[in-house]
Amino acid sequence: MKLLRWSVALSLAGMVGVVSAEGESDPTLARNLAATCANCHGTDGRAQAGPGMDALAGGDADRMMQKLRDFRSGARPATIMHQISRGYTEAQLQLIAAYFAARK
Amino acid sequence: MENRRNFLKRTALVGGVLALPGLAGCALPSRARGHVVVVGGGFGGATMAKYLRMWSSAGVDVTLIERNPQFISCPMSNLVIGGERTMADITMSYAGLRDKWGVRVMQDSVSAIDTTARSLRLASGGTLSYDRLVLSPGVDFMYDRVPGLESEDARSRVLHAWKAGAQTAALRKQLEEMPDGGVYALTIPKAPYRCPPGPYERACLVANYFSWAKPKSKVLVLDANEEITSKKGLFTKAFEKYAGILEYRPNSELREVDAGRRTAILDFESVRADVLNVVPPQRAGDIAASSGLKLVNGRWVDVDWLTFESLNTPGVHVIGDAIFPAPTMPKSGHVANQQAKVAAAAILSLLAGEPPNPAPLLMNTCYSFVDSKNVIHVSSVHRYDVATKTVLPVPGAGGVSVAANELEGVYAQAWARNIWADMLL
Repeated sequence: MKLLRWSVALSLAGMVGVVSAEGESDPTLARNLAATCANCHGTDGRAQAGPGMDALAGGDADRMMQKLRDFRSGARPATIMHQISRGYTEAQLQLIAAYFAARK
Repeated sequence: MENRRNFLKRTALVGGVLALPGLAGCALPSRARGHVVVVGGGFGGATMAKYLRMWSSAGVDVTLIERNPQFISCPMSNLVIGGERTMADITMSYAGLRDKWGVRVMQDSVSAIDTTARSLRLASGGTLSYDRLVLSPGVDFMYDRVPGLESEDARSRVLHAWKAGAQTAALRKQLEEMPDGGVYALTIPKAPYRCPPGPYERACLVANYFSWAKPKSKVLVLDANEEITSKKGLFTKAFEKYAGILEYRPNSELREVDAGRRTAILDFESVRADVLNVVPPQRAGDIAASSGLKLVNGRWVDVDWLTFESLNTPGVHVIGDAIFPAPTMPKSGHVANQQAKVAAAAILSLLAGEPPNPAPLLMNTCYSFVDSKNVIHVSSVHRYDVATKTVLPVPGAGGVSVAANELEGVYAQAWARNIWADMLL
C-alpha cells in the first residue's frame, strides 16, 4: 500500500503544471514554492527593512504575476530576476503570487 | 492562518484521499507530531529548526544542537577579512529560534549516534532520543592530504578561515600585521569544496585592501583547479583590475606546508608567503562521516533528493555542504537553506504518515564582492528529475551578472539581511 502511494506520488511529479491548476487545493505546494523566494524576499514574503528587496507579502497577485511574466520575457530589465523566474513554470509562478498575496 | 485552520477541518473530513498529493484534500503536514533533533546551527540547520516549527504550527518538538554560542556567517565573512566589516556585523544570536519559535537550543555537540535506537549521545554526557534526526554539520577538513598541518601550532600559523569565527578574525589580524611589500598566498583545493566563488572573492577583497593600505604587497592565488571554478569570466575581469597586485596560478595543487616558514610546497616549486592561507580539501562534517551513513568517494553523504534521508540509514536526514552535490549545485549557504525547506516539508509529511512532495524545486544565488562596493552573482534553479532521482538545473534558467556593479552590492547586503532573518528570526 505504501509502495503504491509512493508510486502515485512519483507519477504525479511530471504533472506539476496540471496539479498546479488546482493550486488552491494544495496549500503545501504553494507554500513550498514560495519558500524558495524567502532567502531574498523574507520569510513568507515579509522582507527585512532596508533597500534592495521588495516585500511580497500582501501584494496584488495580478500585478506580481505581470511583473514575473515581464521578467521571464525580458520586457522588464533586471539583474537576476529574469534568470530566476525562467526556472519556474507559469503555473508555479501563479501559485507563488497567490500565496504571497494571501499573506497579510 | 484562518485558511489553514479551515483546511485542517476539511482534510480531517476527507482523510480517505490523503494519499493523493496534489489533488483536492491533499496532505497538509501540520498533522505531524514527534521530536526532531537538528545537529548544526548553520544555514541548513537553523533554517530547518525554524521551518519545522513554523510549518507544523509548533506541533513538532525541535531540538537544535550547536557547539557555538552564536551564529557567525561565512557569507560576508570575506568582507571582514578585507577590512570592510567587523565580526559583530556577521554574528547573530540564536535567541530568535529559542524565544520566538520555541526551538530547544542546546550549546553542545554530538559524540555518537545510535541509528537503530534512534538516540544520540551528547558531548556533555546526556542522551537524546529522536523520531527523525537532521544532520547539518557542514564540512570538516582532510588534513591528512595536507602534510605539515598536523599540529595545532601549525594550524594556528597557517589559517583556513573557511569556517567563520575565530579564524576569520585571526586572518584579518595577520593581514593587518603584515608589512607593506609582503605576500598573501591563498591555496584553493580541487572542487567540490564549500562556496565555489568564495576563494576568488577573498582574493579580490584582500587585493582591494592592499591597493589602499599596503600598495607594495601581493596576492598570490594557488588554485588546484585548472581554471576558476565559478563566475570565471567575471572574476577574470576583476583580477585584471588588480593587475600588479594579484597573480592567479591555475593547476597549482598544494602538496605540503612548511608552517614554520609559511611556505606552500607544490609539485615543482615552493612558495614562501608572509601570510599563508590554506583552504584544505573537505568532506562531510565529522558526525556525518563517522556514523555509518553511505558516503560517495568516502567524502559526501548520499541522500534521497525527495527527503534528504540517508540512502542507507532510515530516520537520518542530511542537508547542506555535507551531502554529495547534485549536478551543478554548489555547496552554498543559500542552497543549504533551500535544502532545509525541502527536507523540512518532507519530514513533516513523513511524521504525518504521508508521502513527501514528489516535485521539489530549489534555487541558488551567490553574490560575490569584487571590491568594497561592486558585486557579481551566479544564480540557478534546480528541480527534481524522476528518471535520474536527483535534482537537475532547469534549462534556460539561471546565469551570471553582465558585469560587476554597485546595484548588486546593495542587493547582496539585502540578501544577507533577509537570509539571516529567514533562518534565525
